[in-house]
Amino acid sequence: MSNANGTMNLTLKVWRQKNAQTDGKFVTYKAENISPDMSFLEMLDVVNESLIHAKGEPIHFDHDCREGICGMCSLYINGRPHGPKRAITTCQLHMRSFTDGETITIEPWRAAAFPVVKDLAVDRSAFDRIQQAGGYISVNTGGVPDANEIPIPKVIADEAFNSATCIQCGACVAACKNASAMLFVSAKINQLALLPQGQPERYRRVQTMVAQMDHEGFGSCTNTGACEAECPKEITLTNIARMNFDFFSAKLFREEEVQEIDNN
Amino acid sequence: MSLDSKIPQGPLAEKWSKHKFNLKLVNPANKRKYNVIVVGTGLAGASAAASLAELGYNVTAFCFQDSPRRAHSIAAQGGINAAKNYRNDGDSVYRLFYDTIKGGDYRAREANVYRLAEVSVNIIDQCVAQGVPFAREYGGLLDNRSFGGAQVSRTFYARGQTGQQLLLGAFSALNRQIHEGKVKMYTRTEMLDVVVADGQAKGIITRNLKTGAIETHAGHAVLLATGGYSNVFFLSTNAIGSNVTAAWRAHKRGAYFANPCYTQIHPTCIPVSGDHQSKLTLMSESLRNDGRVWAPKTVEIAQKLRKGEIKIDQIKEEDRDYFLERKYPSFGNLVPRDVASRNAKEVADEGRGVGSSGLAVYLDFAESISRLGEDTVRAKYGNLFDMYYQITDENPYKQPMRIYPAVHYTMGGLWVDYNLSTNIQGLYALGEANFSDHGANRLGASALMQGLADGYFVIPYTLGDYLATIGPKPVDTSHPAFAQTKKDVEAYIAKLLSLRGNKTVVEYHRELGHIIWEYCGMARSEEGLIKARGLIQALKDDFWKNAIVMGENEEINASLERAGRVADFIELGALMIEDALDRRESCGGHFRLESQTPEGEALRDDDNFAYVAAWEYTGDNQPEVLHKEDLVYENVKLTQRSYK
Amino acid sequence: MSELKQTFNSSLGKKLIMALTGLFLSLFLIVHLGGNLLLFSNDDGYSFNMYANFLTHFPPIEVIAYLLYLAIIVHAIYALVLTIKNRKARSVGYAVATKSPVSFSSKNMGLLGSILLVFIVIHMGDFWYKYKFTHDVGYKEYRTDITSGERTVTDFKPEKPDFEHSLSYADNTEITRVKDIHSRVANSFSILWYVVIYVIAMVALSFHLLHGFESAFRTFGWVHRKYLPIIKFVGVWLFAVIIPLGFAAMPIVYYLQSLK
Repeated sequence: MSNANGTMNLTLKVWRQKNAQTDGKFVTYKAENISPDMSFLEMLDVVNESLIHAKGEPIHFDHDCREGICGMCSLYINGRPHGPKRAITTCQLHMRSFTDGETITIEPWRAAAFPVVKDLAVDRSAFDRIQQAGGYISVNTGGVPDANEIPIPKVIADEAFNSATCIQCGACVAACKNASAMLFVSAKINQLALLPQGQPERYRRVQTMVAQMDHEGFGSCTNTGACEAECPKEITLTNIARMNFDFFSAKLFREEEVQEIDNN
Repeated sequence: MSLDSKIPQGPLAEKWSKHKFNLKLVNPANKRKYNVIVVGTGLAGASAAASLAELGYNVTAFCFQDSPRRAHSIAAQGGINAAKNYRNDGDSVYRLFYDTIKGGDYRAREANVYRLAEVSVNIIDQCVAQGVPFAREYGGLLDNRSFGGAQVSRTFYARGQTGQQLLLGAFSALNRQIHEGKVKMYTRTEMLDVVVADGQAKGIITRNLKTGAIETHAGHAVLLATGGYSNVFFLSTNAIGSNVTAAWRAHKRGAYFANPCYTQIHPTCIPVSGDHQSKLTLMSESLRNDGRVWAPKTVEIAQKLRKGEIKIDQIKEEDRDYFLERKYPSFGNLVPRDVASRNAKEVADEGRGVGSSGLAVYLDFAESISRLGEDTVRAKYGNLFDMYYQITDENPYKQPMRIYPAVHYTMGGLWVDYNLSTNIQGLYALGEANFSDHGANRLGASALMQGLADGYFVIPYTLGDYLATIGPKPVDTSHPAFAQTKKDVEAYIAKLLSLRGNKTVVEYHRELGHIIWEYCGMARSEEGLIKARGLIQALKDDFWKNAIVMGENEEINASLERAGRVADFIELGALMIEDALDRRESCGGHFRLESQTPEGEALRDDDNFAYVAAWEYTGDNQPEVLHKEDLVYENVKLTQRSYK
Repeated sequence: MSELKQTFNSSLGKKLIMALTGLFLSLFLIVHLGGNLLLFSNDDGYSFNMYANFLTHFPPIEVIAYLLYLAIIVHAIYALVLTIKNRKARSVGYAVATKSPVSFSSKNMGLLGSILLVFIVIHMGDFWYKYKFTHDVGYKEYRTDITSGERTVTDFKPEKPDFEHSLSYADNTEITRVKDIHSRVANSFSILWYVVIYVIAMVALSFHLLHGFESAFRTFGWVHRKYLPIIKFVGVWLFAVIIPLGFAAMPIVYYLQSLK
């Protein structure tokens, strides 16, 4: 909600931290004449522009596509990853979701596996390493069957798609009280575990990816559901259950043996 | 240097097969002795890096984002074309070829486009094998939708996020090769220059965006898959980080830049809401399958609507002008993008636009919702409707969407031959970064096709030929050109960091965007372009005097990153203006007011302009030299495009 | 490291152990409640005392009992290990507490579990320990007329302090001498603060199981669109409502009776 002239004045408490080695602190800024039609990141752009004009150092935050699909933007806004609204990313959050005079606290994702890079940006390369550990179907370019050779029931294709919508933003980790990456990892695993193409490596993949996840230092899952509630793509907890089932099946009943990672 | 497009001889349909046979091969045992540099990890870059690594080459890949998966290919919504003819509706490789040539307004190379159509079928197979969850029918087979500029259904899609799903497929292949140790991946690393020595590309200079370290990387070949330059317009559907720097710095090292004025304005974007706007959001063109584009029939009604005196639903059916259906009865709402965009602009220029700014027309789903039911519409476009609602606070199930054209894609790019090699040996350009396949206008769902075709199915063959020619001698960064280029880069950064004026680089960028949009946007004229030339020169001079670049090099410095990119956009903008001035005809996305049919359609001048304009950089503030590659059409007859 | 050890050392493996022990303890609660309902039989504690005697002297039950104690310990230790690991996973916390819409139970399993652990220590110390290892519990002698079924009860003082129980017959009468845990219960439940502890613990139990029962199934991966509603129903109604209410009713009813 805006004031009489249609704009808003806000107070921002922003986490500033020069790099991973130094300590950070909150700094308070004023954001003035903010239009309700601005996106949250555009509001930060305005603050940064005025900081630069004052020869100050702009607030660093990750962002890129600004349409909710690249997964680069983050921000823990007033106690919630990607802010107060469901099923959107920070770049899709508009200032009409705030009220004139409000104080907004902006923090980076907090997880030991996501060290702060600068200010509000964190290093999420752990997610890449988890996928490198097995998040693929091992086929080389060329020499694959015709796309319509394997019919896939629509319900399976749709389920796989639902898992595949994950944008790797890390909101699940940020929201989880244990900083667990289970929602992300399970979504990546399930997309492939559901599809016929993913079957040959199914029980290997779940083991290697979970091992890498543990190695990265994420917490464990308490089935609290904060991840599901905050996921901008509404990935469901069912993914986690499915991954658990595959993991235990693989570990307890399958032949695939996987080299463990030394976690020390 | 001459412009040899290296198009193989022989009948169109046999060119690629014959060429593949004639290309030299690298012995499997020798492949590991080669190092290939791939810059950019979108569809073209990731697929190329993965495919080359699978073949056995050592690949070093770079992206400026924090993960390869964030490359802007991720944002493509609608779909990917392939001549599979799964619908039995008359599609074929030849028809896809023909549609693409025609859609590009006869300004693309026949041989390249035919090859693109040919490998399109392999792409779908490849993606499905990787686990890309394309939409399927109840029978379990792949579904298709139709797209602008085609009368067959050949577009494969994954709800509204085909780009993300395809990129995740290529990303997974890339991850596999990173895991195997065949790809060394550098994230948050930006390429700032290419090292050319003895006429060959030998490596690149990069800046580590976390530490500021300027590093040199040597390779037997350098592949640029760095995307397009839409952000020269400031407001575009591209990601904020999308930039022309890699391609532009290569251009300044001698690579020709082709057809820079060919930019695509996408008809279905969410209109601008104010000056604060940092980017525009596209609504997939697929919406035009079921949405009907209209504007009020008269200026009076439009005015009343804008002032809020009447509501949309008070406009009677006969007062609504479904202008695309009216003017183009056979293609209707599915005319190509350039045609749809220009018509929306005309309507707005006439004063019949809607929304508070008047810079919008309606895309109406009422008829589809009543015909198909809201659930079906939701299943098809739910995420797009949600996205629209998030941004505008208007519910498209209840009232028509407001749309307006926005810059979306750039057909121009680095000049490449049939092998995707630039005129610098060993320097290749793939995907949107090159100019090759879309002519003066790109059809919907063809960008994903081209990016993946280049990466999966073209470069793995053509690069081998070059590598076999130069031999597997080890490369390193000892050549003096590396030290010199690195010094140049460091000096350039120091120069940027010395700027402590009074205007931010974003302000310069916005100003540049206004100039380009106004004078080199949907309609261009000699007078306007000449004016723009002066404005851009003044902007450039001012930038190097009065810009503010904060911070230092040895840290994360978004201000510095942006400054370098904006400086390159300003220079590119100047070249766009020159190219648009040179091309005194209308074709595709390039509409010169001086060259139109009596009905106001784009009028080509095939006798004088059937060429690729490849520009050579000759020095700072020096005029660029134009090289022309004549376009020869042996298979299609050049006709005035008609979608009526 | 052997593969199985590796499995149970993984984060998922540790959760599997939590789920297995948790469900085992939940199942025990059903049996425990069923048995303890004998507290409500109005027979001067005869059936309850006989039941307690049976539980402590029937070998298979004893084995299960020790498994149960083990399950409690393992459940608690693994909870502690996981909590420490989870704290480490977020070394720097948020300044603004989370506002994500999640249930109170799921956020506070550790707290609820700790309350329950303290309760279990008090509970077992008061009844199980004293019953088994001290002589603080008295004895009752029940004389039942075999023909009429009439029963009389008197206190009984054994000669040897380690007397357990006896059954003898005389004059058409069955004489049962048994430890009188029932009086112990009645005494304890006449103390207000003691009753309050029990009620608080049962509230904690309710919330713990409200999340825990379903969560265990999720950990196993036994989640299916068609069966999840059944699990939720059982978790809510049986484990979070009926069982805690049943247990809480005992101290409350005994307390109210003691007031008369």
